[in-house]
Amino acid sequence: MNEIAIQARDVYKVFHKQRGHLPWERSDGHSGRQQAVALDRVSFEVRVAEIFGVLGPNGSGKSTLVRVIATLLLPDGGTVTVFGHDVVREAIAVQRLINRVSVEASFFKKLSPMENLIYGARLYGLSAAESRTRIIEILTRLGVERWAIDQPVERMSRGMQQKVAIARALLTRPALLLLDEPTTGLDPRSKREVHTLVRELRDLNSTTILLTTHDMLEAESLCERIAIMDAGRIVALDTPEALRGTVALHQGHPPTLEDVFLELTGKLLTADGK
Amino acid sequence: MISSAAQQLRASYAFVERNTNLIKRYWSWEVVWLSYSIANSLSVSYIGLGLERIGGLQVDGRRLVLYLVVGTLVWHYLSMIFYWLTDIIGLERWEGTIEYTLMAPIRRLTHMAGQTIFAVVYSLLFTGVILAVSVMLFEIDLASANLAGAALVMLSGSLSFIGVGIVGSTLPLLFPERGSQMTHVIIAALLLVSGVYYPVEVLPGILQRLAIVSPATYVLRGVRAALLDGASLPTLWPEIWPALLMGLVAIPAGLHAFGLAERYAKRAGKLARSG
Repeated sequence: MNEIAIQARDVYKVFHKQRGHLPWERSDGHSGRQQAVALDRVSFEVRVAEIFGVLGPNGSGKSTLVRVIATLLLPDGGTVTVFGHDVVREAIAVQRLINRVSVEASFFKKLSPMENLIYGARLYGLSAAESRTRIIEILTRLGVERWAIDQPVERMSRGMQQKVAIARALLTRPALLLLDEPTTGLDPRSKREVHTLVRELRDLNSTTILLTTHDMLEAESLCERIAIMDAGRIVALDTPEALRGTVALHQGHPPTLEDVFLELTGKLLTADGK
Repeated sequence: MISSAAQQLRASYAFVERNTNLIKRYWSWEVVWLSYSIANSLSVSYIGLGLERIGGLQVDGRRLVLYLVVGTLVWHYLSMIFYWLTDIIGLERWEGTIEYTLMAPIRRLTHMAGQTIFAVVYSLLFTGVILAVSVMLFEIDLASANLAGAALVMLSGSLSFIGVGIVGSTLPLLFPERGSQMTHVIIAALLLVSGVYYPVEVLPGILQRLAIVSPATYVLRGVRAALLDGASLPTLWPEIWPALLMGLVAIPAGLHAFGLAERYAKRAGKLARSG
């Protein structure tokens, strides 16, 4: 059995940005395009059934990395394999094994969670009959009340919508779950429910989980290993304990992951510094 | 192999079911659109009855009405298919679900097939309602019409419009902000050159040449011949085969273009507008 769930080798991604909308707005006389390196030779491996964290400020490349693994972005260089399948050449094979929860809970807002999730289930080859029971089971487990399951998603709070997004990902029983800031906007109780569910998924189904987050407590409590990203590069990768061990005592107390990040990059974890 | 086919079939049905659910939830908008379409179709068709009074000409008003009714109905049907197909991306961009649909393990052919089945069935129902109202108001006599022939011409024209629609659906992929609006240019050009409300012979030479490559030209001519003159199948064949041929070229070409556009969007990061 292949023990490696994700293998990334020298992954490189650059975005070109147009400087002006019209030709005469590009005053420098050059091509009018700026380059932004989103992923700069990123290499790492994630083991099967591991909860792997990716920590970094806004714009560090976390979501770009998740999109490359999810087959939504093509890398400009390097390779990524998921359970041995190349994300570019064997996209459908990869898609069968993965699902993703992003920071925005994206749904057909007029449709109910049930209708949205059945749509999602059918795309993954599941029948409506087998999905219905499981949808109710997962949503109830996540704290979504039964009556809300048949109401339009637009009537739900942001936190509830995010729970439906998590349910959509769990419904297809992915071997690799990509969680891109999944608990943003959730209250502490809901966050805790999600954390418990993530651990259960790993423990009961051996699901591999890649989690990107700004929340250091979340990363520390869930992840076995954490990669710290900055400006498209992985600047450190180790267990939370080992990462904390890389810096000295901070103002007399043991260093936190935030201290580690500050030490390595000179930046705060969140863009606004909160 | 069979399970893979079953999976693709289920995935295809997902789009039919999703669109049906969306229609149900947006029912008030659909009623408004249907009312507008009926009013629009009737307004154009009444020109047929009014022409005698406007110009003082001796014209067969009833025949003219049927000529215009056919134009409005065929155009509604074909343009609805086109818009439902171009909406394959536009709708998902609007809702923000595009990444979830495009990362699902389905072939693009499956995706298109589901959307196409829904587009054809819904467009038929929608156009059927307009036809029913038109028949009632204008007391249209279709006793000598070749209804089966007209249906066959419509069907062959549907194929080419499916292809044109798939090509149009690449625009919202390539241009996230304005791609959906750009699709109107395609449909406006087809409306101008295809002889929807007038024979293409009245157009200037360059537009007549463009009419040759518009599938709608053949569909409109064929349906009119079948309904107005009761033309037989051999008489309709010169209109059917070009529409069929265009469909056979346009569908694979559309799928290929969509594949290239999807690849470009994934390379340039155009699927998500932020993040």
